[in-house]
Amino acid sequence: MLTLSIVQNALEVGFIYALVALALFLSFSTLNIADMTTDGSFTLGCAVSAAVCLMGHPILALPAAMIAGALAGFITAFLQTRLGVPSILAGIVTNTGLYTVNLAVMGFSSNLSLFSSDTIFTLAEETLEPVLGSWDRLAVAVLITGVVCLLTVRFLGTRLGISIRATGDNPDMVRASSINTSLMITVGLCVANAMTSLSGAILAQYNKSADINLGTGMVVIGLASLIIGQTLVGRGGMGRSVLAVVVGSVLYRFVIAIALRMNVPAECLKLVSAVIVGFAISLPTLKNWVAFQRKKRAAVRGGRE
Amino acid sequence: MLKMTNLSKTFNPGTVNEKKAIEHLSFQLEDGDFVTIVGSNGAGKSTLFNAIAGVFYADEGSIELDGQDITYQPEYRRSRVIGRLFQDPLKGTAPHMTIEENLSLAYLRASRPGLAFFSRVKASEKRMFRDHLALLGMGLEDRMRQPVGLLSGGQRQALTLLMATIVTPKLLLLDEHTAALDPAAAEKVLEMTRSIVAERKISCMMVTHNMNQALELGNRTLMMDRGHIVLDLKGQERSGLTVEDLLRKFREQAKRSFNNDRILLSTVEGE
Repeated sequence: MLTLSIVQNALEVGFIYALVALALFLSFSTLNIADMTTDGSFTLGCAVSAAVCLMGHPILALPAAMIAGALAGFITAFLQTRLGVPSILAGIVTNTGLYTVNLAVMGFSSNLSLFSSDTIFTLAEETLEPVLGSWDRLAVAVLITGVVCLLTVRFLGTRLGISIRATGDNPDMVRASSINTSLMITVGLCVANAMTSLSGAILAQYNKSADINLGTGMVVIGLASLIIGQTLVGRGGMGRSVLAVVVGSVLYRFVIAIALRMNVPAECLKLVSAVIVGFAISLPTLKNWVAFQRKKRAAVRGGRE
Repeated sequence: MLKMTNLSKTFNPGTVNEKKAIEHLSFQLEDGDFVTIVGSNGAGKSTLFNAIAGVFYADEGSIELDGQDITYQPEYRRSRVIGRLFQDPLKGTAPHMTIEENLSLAYLRASRPGLAFFSRVKASEKRMFRDHLALLGMGLEDRMRQPVGLLSGGQRQALTLLMATIVTPKLLLLDEHTAALDPAAAEKVLEMTRSIVAERKISCMMVTHNMNQALELGNRTLMMDRGHIVLDLKGQERSGLTVEDLLRKFREQAKRSFNNDRILLSTVEGE
């Protein structure tokens, strides 16, 4: 039931979106912050990438989008660490503001089309297609995501990376170890949002269009991928955790592809994602509850006998 | 080396919950001093430590460390030269990170901030961590890649002590750091504290609820009550003092009897 093109498409999109899941791994799993900036900075990446592509610089579009995303992350971090806005609210505030910014980047139109301009995928097609055939787009996605994953693993092993991880794990201890927790949160959110924006930037070029609503629900989709990966691959060292993120993102795309094949209407996909995330995050609590009920029933029965 | 002048801190000022935690407190710590601090509940012992460490800024007064005014220096800056151990052994280590990672975090103090942030922990440093861990005699040197969350409270507190002193601090603050441990572990951690502090001549302040310990350890004892230092004992006056003497002195000074349930318990037990 899965044709080659569906498999290819799921893999390509899976690798592209893996960067969002990786960003959430950094902010949600590592820093313990549910970063609501994600939706907005994904769209920001799309918008910046499309705008720069239209100027004729598809490769330059990627670092440009990353810088824009890092700035968005910086604003959220600034609100949170310097102005005392609670972390979730800080993300929501930035996200709301970004809607207008994103529209402005796209010249106040709700979408931009890249059909007549070059993208990294059309550039790669010229050199890769003779060798790889229809796998050229996947090669580009795997290459970029692979490089970012490797850099992330390296980064988390540096003293800065260790400090960021510890900030999410035990802020008291980090302050007592002469490390500025505000700075660590700021660096973490900047890096995470740069990755989210990069993902948006690649996706815009992949779709050959940018849309103001492309990022809606991205935080939930990213979390779904992250949780699927962590459940199946497990968490261990940093290398394994990053691998889990990529596997989760690709699997999530397969789930969506299968759902679409089973004629689930596209409008329902967000609900499917929400249910997956809601269920997966509550799983440990549900497990405990079931175990407790069993124990209680056994105890009541035992008492009667 | 540490000089506090006229230090005050009031929590919730202007409300019904107003609490003057420390009031116009002045105190000077000499190089190499090991001061034990006792006091009744809410005497301001922890507030004093938090003020020194920079958890909050004092409302009034100044703090000087080694001739440098640190009154308005943020907590993380002061932590470069002030080591801290808390009562809760969970507070001093990151549970989901390995022993090695925890130690390398503590060892960041040894390098200037900046480029060092992007460096990785060197093999020679790992060997050094291993040697330090071996000295604890808990077998932790063979578990360096395990998450700290798997260790017992005593092991975690020993590790925290190592982390706080791996780069010799100018000042070590111990806030009842053995109170939450079982007696054997408490004894061990205390012994390690004693030897590290003596070996490296670290100036040290230790809050304890154990009166015997307060008189046995160190060279100076402070007694605090309601935000003031009511007794400052050292030298001749301190040697030969018994717990009963100390309690009597407290009654004379504070014009009331000592109330700290934990202290009284540990005294009755005759620890």
